[in-house]
Amino acid sequence: MSEDFTRLQLENGLTVLLKEIHTAPIISHWVWYRVGSRDETPGKTGISHWVEHMQFKGTQRFPAGVLDKAISRGGGYWNAMTYLDWTTYYETMPADQIDLALELEADRMVNSLFDPREVESERTVIISERQGNENEPLFRLGEEIQTTAFQQHPYGHETIGNMADLHTIQRDDLYRHYRQYYTPANAIVALAGDFETAAMLEQLKRLYAVIPAGGAPVRVLSPEPAPTGEKQVTVRGPGETTYVQLAYHVPSANHPDFLPLTVLDSLLCGPSSLNLFGGGISNKTSRLYRALVDKELAVSVSGGLQATIDPFLYNILLTIHPSSDPEAALRVTEAEFKRLKDSPPPAEELARAVKQARALFAYGSESISNQAFWLGYAEMFADYNWFRTYLERLEAVTPQDVQRAAQQYLLPENRVLGIYLPTGEIHDDE
Amino acid sequence: MTTNNHPHSLPSSTDVLRIQLPNGITVLARANYSSPSVTLSGYLEVGALFDPPDRLGLAEFTSLALMRGTAAYSFDQIFDLLETAGASFGYNGGTHTTGFGGKALAEDLPLLLHLLNETLRSPTFPAEEIERLRAQILTHLAIQAQDTAEIASLTFDQIVYAGHPYSQPEEGTPETVNRITRQDLVDFHQRNYGPRGMVIAVVGAIEPQRAVDLVAEQLGDWRNPAQPAPIQLPPVTPLKQQVSRYITLAGKSQADLIIGAPGPKRRDPAYYAAALGNSILGQFGMYGRIGDVVRERNGLAYYAYSSLSGGIGPGPWYIAAGTDPQNSERAVELIIQEIRRFTQELVDPDELADSQANFIGHLPLSLESNSGVAAALINLERYELDLDFYLRFADLVNSVTREEILEVARRCLNPDRLGIAIAGPRRKFEAASQKQKTEGR
Repeated sequence: MSEDFTRLQLENGLTVLLKEIHTAPIISHWVWYRVGSRDETPGKTGISHWVEHMQFKGTQRFPAGVLDKAISRGGGYWNAMTYLDWTTYYETMPADQIDLALELEADRMVNSLFDPREVESERTVIISERQGNENEPLFRLGEEIQTTAFQQHPYGHETIGNMADLHTIQRDDLYRHYRQYYTPANAIVALAGDFETAAMLEQLKRLYAVIPAGGAPVRVLSPEPAPTGEKQVTVRGPGETTYVQLAYHVPSANHPDFLPLTVLDSLLCGPSSLNLFGGGISNKTSRLYRALVDKELAVSVSGGLQATIDPFLYNILLTIHPSSDPEAALRVTEAEFKRLKDSPPPAEELARAVKQARALFAYGSESISNQAFWLGYAEMFADYNWFRTYLERLEAVTPQDVQRAAQQYLLPENRVLGIYLPTGEIHDDE
Repeated sequence: MTTNNHPHSLPSSTDVLRIQLPNGITVLARANYSSPSVTLSGYLEVGALFDPPDRLGLAEFTSLALMRGTAAYSFDQIFDLLETAGASFGYNGGTHTTGFGGKALAEDLPLLLHLLNETLRSPTFPAEEIERLRAQILTHLAIQAQDTAEIASLTFDQIVYAGHPYSQPEEGTPETVNRITRQDLVDFHQRNYGPRGMVIAVVGAIEPQRAVDLVAEQLGDWRNPAQPAPIQLPPVTPLKQQVSRYITLAGKSQADLIIGAPGPKRRDPAYYAAALGNSILGQFGMYGRIGDVVRERNGLAYYAYSSLSGGIGPGPWYIAAGTDPQNSERAVELIIQEIRRFTQELVDPDELADSQANFIGHLPLSLESNSGVAAALINLERYELDLDFYLRFADLVNSVTREEILEVARRCLNPDRLGIAIAGPRRKFEAASQKQKTEGR
C-alpha cells in the first residue's frame, strides 16, 4: 500500500488521517470513537452498541429516514460497527457525493436526538438482534467463554449486551453515554480516496472546528488478574455438531509478543485475513488442519487473534468430526502445541507466513474502503504506524520468538476450555 | 474534487479483451495495475440441475472433490502450492453452473491456471479424501438443519417451486449425500464436465493478451465430445392460494421468515423494472418500504429486506425478516400489506428517481476491486450482454417507468398467492394450532 498519508490533530482534539488514492472516483470516509463494550459497567452492558443504533435515528438537520435515503441516492453504502474498544461509522461514496457524508457525520457527533419513542422502537430491534445471535450455537459458547475468562474486566460481556440490560437501559442512560464519549478528542476521522488533501482538510476544519472539545472521558477499568488455573465451560444445546473452543489469555496489540502470536496463529490455524474488505486464503496446510482434519478428528479448524487495547483472548475453534470426540481432538491439539514448544518452527514455515501476509495486504489494497478502514482502525489500539510497519515487524519474528510464545501462552492454566455438546434434538416437537 | 482518467472507469469494449477459444471457452480479461494482485473467476455449464433425484448434491459434491487430488498432485500438494504462494482457489456448486475462483499475486497467475487445468481435467477422486469431504458436507448439512434462516429458505423453495427443479436443495440431503459413491463422482465428472460454455475472467495486474494466452496454453486443447447440452427448465406452476408453513426448531430465540414468489429471469425484458421496484420495496436507504414499516416504525425485526434473484431461470423474489417469534405473525401481516400496496399503486416518482440514482451511482463502487470487475465481466457472458453494456447501464435504468414496475409487480407478486416460510422456536400462545401450521399447505 502507498505510504503517503497525512495525520494531524485539530485544536479541539479531533485526530484526522487522510490518504489520497486516485485509482477510482470513490472516497471512503470513517469516523471512529474510542468507546465500546470495554467502557460498559454492569447493568449497562450493550449500551455502546445501542448508542450506535440511535445514531441512525436522526438529528434536527437530518431527521431519521432522511440520512439513509440521501446516502443511497448518491449510490453509496454506509454502516456502523461496535466492538470491544471502538465504535465506527463509515460511508463509501462516489467522490462527487462525499460532502453529504462529511456533513452528516460532523452533525451526528453532537446533535443526535435520541427521541424516546425511537429508543423504545429500537429496544425491540436490538433484542431481536440478540435473539438472532442466540440462535447460533457458537454465539452461546463464545459468550459463556468470555464471561468465564474475565472476572473483572468488561471484556467479559458480549458487545450486544446482556438480555436483562437490554430490557432496562433507558433513554437518559443512552444519551449520557453518547455525550460522554462522542467528543472530538475521543474521535478520529479517516478518509481515503479521490480527493486533494489540502481541500479536504479545509472542509473538515470548517465542519468540526465549531464543535467544542468536551472533557476527555473518564475510564475506570479493573485490570483482569492473572488466571489462576484452567477453567472449563460446557454448553448444551440442540443440533448434532460438537464444537471445542480454546481461549487463551494473550496480551494487547501493542505488546511485543503480539506479532510472534500472529505468526503462531498462522502456523497453527492458517493466516487470518487482515482485511475487512478483500479476500482471505485457506488453511489446509496449517499444522492443526493437518493434524485434526486430515486425521478425521475435526471437520474444520480456525484461529482468531484480536488487536485490542487490553489483553484479550486468542481463540482456537474446532468443529468436531461426527465420528470423533472432543477428548481425542484435544489430545492431538495439545500434541501439536507440544511440538511447537519443543522445537522452533523451520525458517521456511515463517517465510511462508510472511508471503501469505504480503499477499493478503495486496488483496486488501484493491479496495479503497479497506485502506480507509485501516487508517482509523490501527489508531484504536495503536497508531497507523502499527499497520505501516506490520509486514516488516512480521518478518523480524524469529522461530525462537514463536517457540517462546507457545511456551508462555499455550498453557492449560492460561485458558478457558469451552465445549458445545449437542443434544441431538432438532425439531421442538414436545 | 475528483480527477479524471481513472483506471477504474467502467469496463467496456475498449479495455476488456474477449476471446473465444476453438473449444468453446470464452476468456475475458481486463488489466488493473493499482495492486499487484490478480483475480481469476468463472463457471462451467454443469450444475445441480444434472443431479439424479436419488443423488441430490452430486454436482456440488463433484465440484468440491476436484480439489482433493489430481493425477499430478495430492490434496496436500495442491494446497501446499496455493498456500505457499498466499493464493486461494476453489469451486462452488450452483443450480445451473459450477463456479470457480481464486486470487493470487500476479506473478502466481500461471499457478492458478495450472491448478484450474489439473483439477478440471485430471481429478482422481481419492477414496479416502472423498470420505473426509463427505463428513464435512454432512456436518455442514447438520449445521444448516439448525439454522433458522437456512430452513426458512429451503422451506420457501419447496413451497413456491413445488414440482420444479428449483425446489431441490443444491447441497442434497444427508440421505442422498450418503448414497453418492466415488464412482458416481467419477462418472458425473466424465460425462458432464467440458469446455463448451465455460467462461473465464482474469482481472488484475496482467496484460489482457498475456492472460488469454496463459488460459489457452492450459485449457486450449481440452475436449469432451460427450458434454451434454444445458438442461432446459420446465415452467413453474404458480401457487393458486397463499401457502404458509412454520417449522419449529429446538433451542432457538429468533424466528426467520421468507415471503415471496418466483420472480423474473435476468433476461426478462421487465428485469430492470423489477430490480428498481425491488429496491423501492425493500432495499433503498434502510431496506426500503419494508425496512421502514417492519423495523423503523414498528421495531419488529433486526433485519427486514427484499431480494430479487433474477438469474438464468425464474429465481425467487422475496422478503426476509428476523423477528421475535411472538411478532412473526404481525410482521407477516405488515409485509403482505406492503406487497399489496406495491401491486396496486404506482410507486411515487421520487421513489423511482431515488432508486435510479442509487443504481447508477453505485455501479463504480461495485467495480472497486478485481473480484467486483471479474463478477461484472462474468455477468456479461452469463446473461448474453455485450461488452459495452455498462456504458449503457445508466440509460437502461433511467428508461424504466412507474407503469412498468407496477406491471411486473402484479405479474410476479400476487399478494393472495404468496409462499410463506417461517422457522423458529415454538410460539408460546399457539401451541395448539401449530401442528396444523407446520403441515398445512
